[in-house]
Amino acid sequence: METAFTPFTSFGGGLAIGLGAVLLMLGLGRIFGATGIMSGAVFITSRAELSWRLALIAGMVLAPVTLFFVTGQMPVLNVPVSPTMIVIGGVIVGLGASLGSGCTSGHGVCGLSRLSVRSLVAVPTFMVTAAITVFIIRHVFGA
Amino acid sequence: MKLFYALITGLVFGIGISLSGMMDPAKVLNFFDLAGTWDPSLAFVMGGALIVTFVGYRLVWRRDAPLFEARFRIPTGTAIDRNLVGGSALFGIGWGIAGFCPGAAIPALGTGRWEVALFLLAVTAGFYLRRLLAPMQTARAAS
Repeated sequence: METAFTPFTSFGGGLAIGLGAVLLMLGLGRIFGATGIMSGAVFITSRAELSWRLALIAGMVLAPVTLFFVTGQMPVLNVPVSPTMIVIGGVIVGLGASLGSGCTSGHGVCGLSRLSVRSLVAVPTFMVTAAITVFIIRHVFGA
Repeated sequence: MKLFYALITGLVFGIGISLSGMMDPAKVLNFFDLAGTWDPSLAFVMGGALIVTFVGYRLVWRRDAPLFEARFRIPTGTAIDRNLVGGSALFGIGWGIAGFCPGAAIPALGTGRWEVALFLLAVTAGFYLRRLLAPMQTARAAS
């Protein structure tokens, strides 16, 4: 399905994502990597490490509802993917992001802006494999 | 105060994700579908986020320490190893299959869509899978 090209709201959203990452560095001295934040809340090492992660996750989860109260609209979410493929993709995402120590937020936003050598390798790697995967699914298998 | 700060930080990040279109798998998959219904919007998300973090991080690092912690905790590794490249490659494949990544799915959980919860459960399973693989990797490296 086609989706509308939204350069302005996407850019504005990007600015807010960056602001969130900078605020986390300013307050807690951490990079905003969703994989690290999430796995730190799953594999608990200490109460101190858990509590800020849960607060951060709670803030993230409250965002769509907050936006709804301000704008009267929930964010658009179309899922052209079957439940089976969501599970398969999700397991691969979890395995890959923990092996590679990061995802779109950790390597993409935070790592690239730090000019991290590892992120400069990781980001093109996952962008290319994602594009190849979508090509195979849509244009080879024609799903 | 630290936890409230973390909550607000998560909220800012989550609002950015909500506005940007990152939590819409249809839009994410179209970003990667160069040969089909290509939607370049998400390049603007990354651009906006990187402008803010690139400048913002450098301003924050002028401080001796973050507001609520004793020191900054920034990844220092530079090794380009098999885990980084293979893990990132896998992450991209999973992202291309499911259309969700962890940083977008956590705020998307707030829309109440079951597909998001299913994806995050699968990601958690992927984290556990990586834990199961870790001893095997160590054994192979030692032999």
